This record gives sequence, structure tokens and C-alpha cells, in this order.
Amino acid sequence: MTAAQSAPGLSWNVSADLSQLFSYHFMVNAFAAGTIVAIVAGAVGWFMVLRRQSFAGHTLAVVSFPGAAGAIWLGISATAGYFAASIAAAVVIAMVPRSGAGRGYSQESAVIGTVQVFALACGVLFVSLYGGFLDSLTGLLFGTFLGISNSQVLILGVVGAGVLVALAVIARPLFFATVDADIAVARGVPTKLLSVLFLLLLGCTAAEVSQITGALLVFALLVMPPAAAQQLSARPGTSFLVTIVFGLLVTWLGLGAAYFSVYPVGFFVTTFGFIAYVAASAWRAISKRRDSRLALGPA
Amino acid sequence: MVLLVDPLTGLSHMLSHPFMRDALLAGTAIALVSGLIGYFVVLRSQVFAADALSHVAFAGALGALAFGIDLRAGLYGACILFALLLALLGRRAAADDTVIGSVFAWVLGLGALFLSIYSTNRSGGAAGNTGISVLFGSIFGITSSQALVDSIVALLGALAVVAVGRPLLFASFDPAVAQARGVPVRLLGYLFFVLVGITAGEATQAVGALLLLGLVATPGGAAQRLTPRPFTGLWLSAAIGVVSMWIGLTLAYADPQLPPSFTILAVATAIYFVAFLVTADRSRARWPRRSGLVTASDAREGER
Repeated sequence: MTAAQSAPGLSWNVSADLSQLFSYHFMVNAFAAGTIVAIVAGAVGWFMVLRRQSFAGHTLAVVSFPGAAGAIWLGISATAGYFAASIAAAVVIAMVPRSGAGRGYSQESAVIGTVQVFALACGVLFVSLYGGFLDSLTGLLFGTFLGISNSQVLILGVVGAGVLVALAVIARPLFFATVDADIAVARGVPTKLLSVLFLLLLGCTAAEVSQITGALLVFALLVMPPAAAQQLSARPGTSFLVTIVFGLLVTWLGLGAAYFSVYPVGFFVTTFGFIAYVAASAWRAISKRRDSRLALGPA
Repeated sequence: MVLLVDPLTGLSHMLSHPFMRDALLAGTAIALVSGLIGYFVVLRSQVFAADALSHVAFAGALGALAFGIDLRAGLYGACILFALLLALLGRRAAADDTVIGSVFAWVLGLGALFLSIYSTNRSGGAAGNTGISVLFGSIFGITSSQALVDSIVALLGALAVVAVGRPLLFASFDPAVAQARGVPVRLLGYLFFVLVGITAGEATQAVGALLLLGLVATPGGAAQRLTPRPFTGLWLSAAIGVVSMWIGLTLAYADPQLPPSFTILAVATAIYFVAFLVTADRSRARWPRRSGLVTASDAREGER
């Protein structure tokens, strides 16, 4: 142990900084967990943004908070609580008929909002019944990268792999059903079943991500990388890959920055994600203007 | 528990506490304006925007504390600014879920930053409590002067909603026809979002930033399920909000273990659930597409 290791400090020597970063076991675990979470969130989030289910995704994410709070109150593992609550909420939301655009949407979103608020209210109840665990409460809501155990990384890895495999299996029909639901139905694609399956995958993903970013900031990894990537490319394959890359960069940079500063990891992850999104939007606006000028110019 | 044995004595006991009277005063006014504006929020499919505002409310309040200004200045300032931003984005028809989501996730990240700045500046416990009470509300901790200010602001908001109710309904149901009839649709849109912002700030003080959606979207959603008539729905929504508030506060008083934010929203959710069950088969039979709302274009189609 050198002096540099005991007091985190950033120098211009990148390799020294990195070796300092990885000299602690909890940071290695944090990066492993962050990598798993970023890949899964990017893959599922890409479909979520395409399907315009951000509100459902956000609800499944915040619902993991009462799950964890309830689990802690009952004295069982918080991880179990995260998954149980998010999957239960996914089932409830899936039961509500999804009626496309128009007024049906407003009623659907009222149901989702009610589910979300009731779950959060239960979270408040659990917190007050348990009484006084203020420190971990902030962690539940805004995330912490400290104290991620080996077994937690293992669970994240197994569930993450399961979600990715399931997503790979349904990816083609799900994409078809998302892009053109009417034709997909006519071709015999089971769109209803697909949307239920997707909500369940979204629930699992939200539960995974919230263990790193906290229940309130899951959205940063679910929505920002895909939103940025879909600004940059209209090709599904390309924007999917860019999403994963953005997700990984945002998570790694966020964890690194949080390690070297006193501020919470959630702030850095959301900020880097937002920078990526704004930069991608600006890039798109500039290239659009350039294209239109080129099209007008030579004529 | 006295309430169960002897309701009348229990109620008079309850009302003899000043904190209970303040909570009822502020709570009633806040629930009223939330229910009224909530009807329009659900009607205009802006539930996600209200959800976003709940996070902005947290960041605004904590930001104000971190920089040492009045909590409510930050709360209202952030809510109204963000609401106007949403209105601007919406006008360019670009404010889809993704934009709103990206922006509010970042604003919430800022909130986390402010919380940590604030807690490092103050001694730990008190700061943590303030953060938590902004998130989850503390209506029993409201002071008399706060309660008075809150209810005046809420009542002014409610008056404003009622005053623009008719044109706003017209503009929400059928913007194109309303525009053609000379209704200032765009101006009403801005006004609507400002009112939503004010309501978000109000509701944060009653049930907390995380739960304000329950005071706004749940009564509006239930009222829309129960009646297709716009004005009946508007008042029903307000009534559901106020009744949830009253029952919720009474329950929280009767059992001090239950936090008021939970009881208020549990009652609202229960009402929504009943409305859902009552109308579940009806809405499928009569309104396959639109969940109980008849728009002007439907009416015209009906006449043919």
C-alpha cells in the first residue's frame, strides 16, 4: 500500500490512476457490475426507446425502491426485493390493455402513474416502519458503488445473461412488432405476448440497474445511451452497437469520476449520459444543415 | 384508535391539534388544485411530464438549500421553468418521451449532487432529514404561516384552472377546431404548463416530490374512467383528490405509525382501483378505443 492508494487523487499519469482505481477489490467489483449493467440496460433500453415505453421503464425502475425497502424491513436480501417488485409491477402494467396512440394512451399512462405512485407510497411506509436507515436510504435512491459483493456481481451476471439471451431470441419479431405493429399482427406475430415478455425483461433490467445507480437514476442508463445513439444513426444495427458503447463509456467514466471525487456516482453517470445525448443531438442538427446546404448548393 | 371507538369525540380531538388543522387546511387546498389540473394532465396525455416535474421539484428544492436560498423559491422556480421548457419543446412537436426522460434524469442527477453538497455543508442528520422530507413529504410538519401561504397559492391556482376551464377543455379535446374558432390554443398550452408547475410545487409540500404524481394523475384518471362528461369529470377529479386527502390524513392521525403520504395515496389508489373495476367491462363494450371520451370529431362522425 502506497500513500497514493490510501488517499484517492487524480494525477496526469493515466496508467497510475487506473492501477490506483483497480487496486481496491470493491472498485473491481463496481466496474464488473457496472459493465454488466451498462450492456443489459443499453440493449433493453434501445428497444424501450424505440417502443416509446419510457414511462413504463421509469415506473419499473422506481418501483424497485419499495421492493428493496420492503425487503430490508422484512430482513431478507435487498436484491430479492429489487427483482420481486420490478417483475410484479411489470405484470400489473402488462395486464392493462395497450391501445396504441390517442386517448387510450392517456388512460394507460394514468394506470402506470397510479402503479408507480402506490408502489412509492408503500416504499415510504416501509421506510417509516423500519425506522432510521437514512444512509442506506440515500444509497437505495441515488445509488452507491461501494460494497458490491462478489455474490451480487454473480447474480447480476447470471440475470443479465438471461435477459440478453431472452432478448436475442425475441429480438427479430419484437423489432418487427415495434416498427409496424399492424403488419406484424397480420403476419401472425404474437405482438401481445411479445409486449408482455418485453415488459418482464424491462422489469428485470430495471431491478439490475437500480442496484448500481439507485432506483431514481436507472433511467440515465436506460434512456440516455439509446436516445443519443438513435440521433446518430437510423440503421438499427449501428445504433444498437453505438448504444452499448455509449452505455459502457458513461458507466466507466461515471464510476471513475465518482471514485476521485466526493460527489455521488449518480450525478456523474447522468451528467455524462446527458452530455452524450446533447452532443449527439447537436451533431445531428449540424449534419442535417450541412446535407441540406450540399443538396441546394451545386444546383 | 380513539376514532374507531368513538368517532365524534375522536374527530374533535383530531381537530383540536393545531398541526392537524394546518395539515387539513393546506391539504384540502392542495388536493383541490391538484385534482383540477390533474384532470387536464390525464386528458392531454401529459402524465409523463408531471412525472418528470416530480424529479425537477426535488432538484429545485435541494438546489435552493445547497445554495442557501429559500427552499420554496427553488421549488417553484425549478418547476415553473421546467414546465415552460416542456411547453416550448411540445410546441415544436419534439418533446417525446425520450427528450423529457433524458432531461429529467439529468436534473435528478443534479438533485443528487445538491443533496450531497448540502449534506456535506451541514451536520449530517438534519440535512438527510430535509432531503427525505422533500422526497416523501411532511404535511404534519407544515407551519401555520406555510399552510396559509400554500392554501392561498393553491386556491388562486384552482381559480385560474376553473377560469380557463372551458376553453382549455375545448383546446384539449380538439385543438384544430378550437384554433379555427379563435381559441388561443398555444397560449392556453403555456398557461396549462405553468399551472402544472405551480401545482407540482404545491403538491411536493403535501406528499413529497416522489409522490406528487399520485395527487395529480390518480384523481384525474379515476374521474375520466367514471364519467365521459368533461365538467362532471373535472369536479369529480377535484372531489376524489380532496376526499383522499381527508381520509388519508385521518388514517395517519389514527395510526401514528402510518406516514400521511402513504395513507393519502393509498386512499387515492383504492378509489382508482374501484373506478377501474366498475368501468372495466363497460369501457370495453362501449368505448373500445378511447376509454370514455367523446371528442368533437366523434360527435360529427356520429351525426353522419
